[in-house]
Amino acid sequence: MTTLNSSKEIQKNNPEVNEKHEDFRIFGLITFLIADGMTFAGFFAAYLTYKAVNPLPDNAIYQLELPIPTLNTILLLVSSATFHKAGKALLKDKNSDSQKWLIFTAFLGIIFLICQLFEYFHLPFGLTDNLFASTFYALTGFHGLHVTLGTLMILIIAWQSRVNGGIVTSQNMFPLEAVELYWHFVDGIWVILFIILYLL
Amino acid sequence: MTISIDPQKTNNESLQPKGWLRYFSFSLDHKVIGIQYLVCGFLFYLIGGTLASAIRIELASPMSDFMPRDIYNQVLTLHGTIMIFLWIVPVVNGAFGNYLIPFYVGARDMAFPRLNAVAFWLIPPSGLMLVASYFVEGAAQAGWTAYPPLSITTPQSGQIIWIISVLLLGGSSIFGGINFIATIIKLRRPGLKLMQLPMYCWAMLGTSLLVVLSTPVLAGTLILLSFDIVANTGFFNPVLGGNVVVYQHLFWFYSHPAVYIMVLPAFGLVSEILPVHARKPLFGYTTMVFSIMGIVVLGLVVWAHHMFTSGTPPWMRLFFTIATAFIAVPTGIKFFNWVATLWGGKISINSAILFSCGFIINFVFGGITGVALAQVPFDIHVHDTYFVVAHFHYIVYGGTVFIIFSSIYHWFPKATGKMLDEKLGILHFIITFIGFNLCFAPQHWLGLNGMPRRVAEYDPQFQFVNQISSLGALLMAISTIPFLINIFLSARSGKDSGDNPWNALTPEWLTSSPPPVENWEGEAPLVEEPYGYGKELSEQK
Ligand code: HEM
Ligand SMILES: [Cu+2]
Repeated sequence: MTTLNSSKEIQKNNPEVNEKHEDFRIFGLITFLIADGMTFAGFFAAYLTYKAVNPLPDNAIYQLELPIPTLNTILLLVSSATFHKAGKALLKDKNSDSQKWLIFTAFLGIIFLICQLFEYFHLPFGLTDNLFASTFYALTGFHGLHVTLGTLMILIIAWQSRVNGGIVTSQNMFPLEAVELYWHFVDGIWVILFIILYLL
Repeated sequence: MTISIDPQKTNNESLQPKGWLRYFSFSLDHKVIGIQYLVCGFLFYLIGGTLASAIRIELASPMSDFMPRDIYNQVLTLHGTIMIFLWIVPVVNGAFGNYLIPFYVGARDMAFPRLNAVAFWLIPPSGLMLVASYFVEGAAQAGWTAYPPLSITTPQSGQIIWIISVLLLGGSSIFGGINFIATIIKLRRPGLKLMQLPMYCWAMLGTSLLVVLSTPVLAGTLILLSFDIVANTGFFNPVLGGNVVVYQHLFWFYSHPAVYIMVLPAFGLVSEILPVHARKPLFGYTTMVFSIMGIVVLGLVVWAHHMFTSGTPPWMRLFFTIATAFIAVPTGIKFFNWVATLWGGKISINSAILFSCGFIINFVFGGITGVALAQVPFDIHVHDTYFVVAHFHYIVYGGTVFIIFSSIYHWFPKATGKMLDEKLGILHFIITFIGFNLCFAPQHWLGLNGMPRRVAEYDPQFQFVNQISSLGALLMAISTIPFLINIFLSARSGKDSGDNPWNALTPEWLTSSPPPVENWEGEAPLVEEPYGYGKELSEQK
């Protein structure tokens, strides 16, 4: 991870520099997340339009069960909270606590993905069965990709926040903050997705 | 993810190759990246221009005799895609943006130099891939709009390569946009206020907002389209219950803003060039800023004017006609401001200002046909005819490409320390201006009389006018020759320009030409009045 290394170097040489530029890296990330959010917005708009103007054939199966996605919603919301805990702990220099919270968060992410796959395998429709099915898989799949990426990044920063030799510390919060922001974003998207896809 | 590099430290000179070799390296210097964008874009412009010549040769006669029909469709698709995604967008944003914005905000580099280099280096491979797709199984044939069901039914491999390379180019554009927004908002020199920024910064801020808000929607749409092509889903395939109009909505939600992504930066550049050569302050700075932001907001809500014949319901036609007409207001304000900037100025006639004036003339014409096209009853007649082709070439070529040339004449001394030859430059302008108008003005008539676009054959009654148009295209091709000669001769043995040959006041000129790696020896100057012409230079401190 050259990113993390160079950030370490800069910080070692000149702590204020890192401090001073911290906020615009987060700013850049926020801009990126807005862009990413627009991709989802496009998908949502397409889905809602289909729902409004493209009636499915009579024999189309499009019923969804609620228990698993509800569990998934809870998992992600809890994981947002546990990630927040990790950040708090790191700020107080309790690195190993922080690491535990991170690993727990990643664990929740993995459970989410397993549940999602479980749902996929038990749904009565496949990707190409009908328009609803295709949109369903496209939306949840694209979101699942984000969760996968997020989980990997959480595992990386969990490793990097280890007590000996970890570079994510209270002096170098950026990696954790960035991934945290991303993770909250992914959770937020899930909530919208859950409402639009399962509840509407 | 964003990258944690401190701009002050990135130009680690010992690590970077020197001389011309650095233009082939993963350089983090915004000036090098700017030139990389420009040269790379220009090479693709030559390819796209060759394809355009092929189109005009084909259309010199009513039968498809120069090339078979499916090749014609490929050539047309490649031409449009290359010109938009590999020439106009990267050059007018990436090239000039990277070169100028750090100077304008008083920084030593962009906010995220590494991301910046990544954004550039995405372009050559995706461009080459796109061109290479021609030699595989045939390039994409569905036009730059890739409308389904055409894009689903034409040969797959070309269309998929097209999608992949447009996705990569879109990614490059988004990274660039993030970088510009962060640089303009966050990296300004202390003491420099937003309302003191040169106009190009505002134009790039607006453009980058459009890039960040709309390009991702195109990416999502193309991903869905690729599923339709390879995985047999039916998002846009009516046979499988899908809806082609949804594609059009999503596509134009990106691509109408995209036309502003192509033209807003040119608005910014012309606003830099005119005051310098007319020796007058830019007229109506504040109204310019608000017009740009107005265009950004309105630009996001007019997309369906491309879809008046797609079965759009009446309320939608009404809404989008009115919204589109409103866009003419901020655009008109800018037009009048440029004219007012020239008015009564001490204008020196040189290539830079000639191309800028050419821009103003062509652009107002394209704007007027645009407003005409926004009227549903008129549009239903001329939609998908050569009238539309004429409209957007007046804006994209007559507007943006003219400004690219104007900017090259204006900033060549900055980047090289050499002047371009004025005689060759003026010759270049004259041939381009005549060639351009000869090529595209007759196409209005063709469209009004019903010649459809994107077809290799046409009714023989249109032959004569098409031949005039092809003659114009020939002139445009020829016009590149004096330009290229000029660039090569001047780069080698041009007259020394000194640091500030135009006596300009914007910050990029307040350092040596070519500038040092860290942009300024010492601290960046605080330029509070970038357009304070007519006062003594010394008052500027
Ligand atoms: C004054 C503002 C403008 C108005 C009112 C306007 C209006 C329109 C309308 C209504 C169409 C659709 C015509 C049809 O397909 O039937 C159109 C097409 C087009 N316009 Fe504009 N336009 C304006 C400015 C621009 C600018 C600034 C650009 C580019 C830099 C541009 C580029 C295009 C392109 C590329 C198309 C054709 C797209 C295609 O079908 O391939 N326009 N314009
Ligand atoms: Cu438009």
